Parts: sequence; structure tokens; C-alpha cells
Amino acid sequence: MFALAITFSLILEKVILISVILGGSLGIAMYSTWAERKVAAIMQDRRGPNRAGPFGLFQPLADGLKLFMKEEIIPAFSSKFLFILGPSLAMLTALMTSAVIPWGPDIKDQAGNILINLQVADINIGILFVFGVVSLGVYGIMLGAWASNNKYSLLSGLRAASQAISYELAMGISLIALVMMTGSLSLKEIVEQQHGFWDGNYFSWNVFKQPLAFIIFLVCSFAELNRAPFDLSECESELIGGYHTEFSSMKLGFYLFAEYINMFITSIILSTLFFGGYNFPFMDQVQAAVPPLLFTIIGIAVLLGKAVMFILFIMFVRWTIPRFRYDQLMNLGWKSLIPLALINMLVTGAVILGFQF
Amino acid sequence: MSITITDRAKKVDRRPLSFTERLYLPGIMKGLKITLGHMFHKTATINYPEETRPFSENFRGLHILNRDEQGRERCTACGLCALSCPAEAITMESAERQKGEEHLYREEKYAAKYEINMLRCIFCGLCEEACPKDAIYLTQTFAPANYQRKGFIYKKEDLLIPQKAQ
Repeated sequence: MFALAITFSLILEKVILISVILGGSLGIAMYSTWAERKVAAIMQDRRGPNRAGPFGLFQPLADGLKLFMKEEIIPAFSSKFLFILGPSLAMLTALMTSAVIPWGPDIKDQAGNILINLQVADINIGILFVFGVVSLGVYGIMLGAWASNNKYSLLSGLRAASQAISYELAMGISLIALVMMTGSLSLKEIVEQQHGFWDGNYFSWNVFKQPLAFIIFLVCSFAELNRAPFDLSECESELIGGYHTEFSSMKLGFYLFAEYINMFITSIILSTLFFGGYNFPFMDQVQAAVPPLLFTIIGIAVLLGKAVMFILFIMFVRWTIPRFRYDQLMNLGWKSLIPLALINMLVTGAVILGFQF
Repeated sequence: MSITITDRAKKVDRRPLSFTERLYLPGIMKGLKITLGHMFHKTATINYPEETRPFSENFRGLHILNRDEQGRERCTACGLCALSCPAEAITMESAERQKGEEHLYREEKYAAKYEINMLRCIFCGLCEEACPKDAIYLTQTFAPANYQRKGFIYKKEDLLIPQKAQ
């Protein structure tokens, strides 16, 4: 009976956590669309959306409503089931990654017992899970592109798939160096290892220990996100709209939305793996000074702050750099990033081995 | 020997990319510096319906037909404005002032019909200069959009400034 009660409370806790995280990522993705248009406008000396509400803040709501109201067209020559599965899969995989991310420090009582763990699933292969789900994400694009039975969509799907495969390699290898150093695949543990900012001898954040891995990971995540400068799969000038040429209404909305959710999750993962997650300088002093709940909230805010910085950076890059040509993209992936990642891995291994002796 | 038409032609640099250029990162940093710099520039756009750009002092916009101090129409339908108009945008029909209409029209002859086609008008202001009675003036506003061509033919009622409340 007692065990049942604990299980129920655990399920309730996780359900609440999951709903908050899903709602939060959807909300942030929604306002990312607004932020993207504002950022683009500011960089181009324009004003951006400012009609709907103060500073155009209701613009995402209006956009969502518009997408819902649009006529839903399923081409007669398409494969209907896959056509609907494509955007659904894109959205599903975009939302799934958030399960293994440690969103903040544990909420503890005065005695130091953990009351609530701010992570939906603390699995010990967190990074592998993220990689698996991200690789599944490209199926959403591929299926949707192939099912719409349109040359341009098909080409775009091919591009997306080959790009994702090429860049996943470099991304994985760059992370192996990080994993060798941390000795763990669990995101929670990686974050805990980056406690504070200065561990007495050196900066504790991984970006200072593995700068090259960070740069490779960053570049590859741009490619994984299908965003400029690697947005060849939706390259308007060649492929009309790319894989979502034939999509309309909320199915198109799902594709566009999944991209922004992915952007948010990528930013979170970048800050978790390399920028210390919810850790911040002088956190021990802060923890001693404030009540535990407030400390947790500060931790969540720090993580979200870092994520917002990354989202803004991704946007700045999009509005700065022109699109790569396809052969340049492949050259960069196979001839530069993978060798660099391999060298980084070897050097890291050698250094770790050297420390052991 | 190559023939050059102007001396402004620049030779395109077709050397292969150097190592730093192939790294891309310095170039990306340079680009980011430029675009981020633009965040602090003044926006070139104005919030149009709420804000308008100020017109110059002698901006020539929509016409009005003036009244005198007692609120009587000044126009005497002499036709000089129509004559001076290079775009032939003005037409009018005159009528004789009847007894009892002295409070409406200043002169013995007045314009019964007065139309300006705003699609023809080039807003040169020659009508304003030609008018001997100070009846027609160009204002600081411009013709609003319309769905139909006939909406741009402004009648006397559209042009006449409203009667002042007595």
C-alpha cells in the first residue's frame, strides 16, 4: 500500500514535470519565431512585427491561428499515411529529447534529501538517447518529403538525410572526446561535474576543457537543425520550399514548429554539455544564502538564460552567413570536421592516458 | 590583347582560398561583427499610420477650394485653372448666382460643377498660381487609395473646405 502511494506520487510528479516542460518548450518555440523576426528586423535596420499587441508580442498567436484556419491540402498523388506521419514524427522527435535534460538542481529539504528531481528520466545513457532521437528526427523530414511525391521535396529529403548522416559522425566523434573526459554518458552527471565555475585549479565548464569539441559540436548542430548556413534542404532559390513544399495548414506548422523546438533543445544541450548547465559562478555561496527552492529557481533561470543566448546566437548566424553550396557542405563535413574531431579525440585520449601515469 | 570598354573594370580575385579563409571562422566573426553592429543603428522604417514623415514646406498635395471670410465660395468658374492645367485634370460648369444666394457665392458667377481627376493630376500647382480669386490651393495631404477609378474623381463637395460653424 505504501509502495503504491509512492509510485502514484512519483507518476504525478513526472506527469506535472512533463507537462511543464512540454508547455515550456512549446511556448519558447512560439516566441522564438517572434524573436527570429525581431532579430532579423533589428539586424536589417527594420522594425519587425509590431502590429499585434505591444511589440508584436501576440504575433505568434496570430500566426498559429492562421495556420489552424488554413485549408488542409493532401495532394491526391501523395502517400497519405506517410504524408501525415512525416510532420507528426518531426514534432514527436523534437519534443522527445527534453526528457533526459536536467533542468535544474534537485529540490532538497533541509536535511539534504532529494524531494524532486528536475529531470524526467535520469537514464545513464542520456547522450546516446539524445543522439538516437535526433537521428530519428531526420525520418520526419525524409518521410514527409518522399510521401509528397514531388521532385523538389524528394531532392530536399535526400539532401537533409545525407547532410544529417555526414554531420552526425563529426558530432558523435567530437562528443566522444567529451565523454572520455567526463567518464559518463549521463547528462545529470556531466552537469554535476561542471559544478560552479572554478574548481580550484581550472575552469570547471567543459567548453574550457574541450574548446575544439565545442566548436565542432556547434557547427554540426547547425547542420542537424537544418538551419542557415546549412539549410540546404529548404533552400528556396533551388527547391521552392524544400521538403515542406506540398504541406499546408498545421502540418506545415508542425514542421516549422519542430525546427524551433529543436533549436531550443539544441541550445539547452549545448549549454548542458559545454556551458555548465544550471551551474553558475559562486553558486555555493548563493546556495548557502538563499532557501533551497529559490536556489533551484535560480538554477533553472541560469540554464534558460544560457539557452536563450544560444538561440540568439543561432539566429544571428542565420541572418549573417550566406548558405553553403552542397559540395562545400560535404567537403566541410567529411574533409574538415571529421578529421578535426578524430584528432581531438586522439589528443584527448593521449592527455588522459598521460595523467593516469 | 583584351579590349576594355571602361577603366573601371576590376579584376576578380580567383586565387584559391588561403588557410585562414578555409577555416571560415574568422570570416564568420567578421560578418557577425557587421550584423551585430547594425543592432545599434537607427531603424530606417517609421511606424506609418501612427507616424508620418514631415512634408517639405512647399509640398503640393490634394487641392481644396477656398471660402472667403464670410464663408462664401471664392471660385467664380473662370476656367483659368482648367486652362493652365498641363494634365487636363480639371473640368467645371459655371452657373449664374440667383437672388438670395449672395451668402453662398461671392461673385455673380460660380462653379456649379467642379471636378479634378486625381489620377490625371500631376500636382504641379499651376492651377493655384493661375487662380485670380485665391480660390484653389494645394494642401499638405495626398489622395488616399481607392478601389475604383471613379473614386479618384473629386467632386466639388470633396474639394470645398467645410463651412465654418456660425
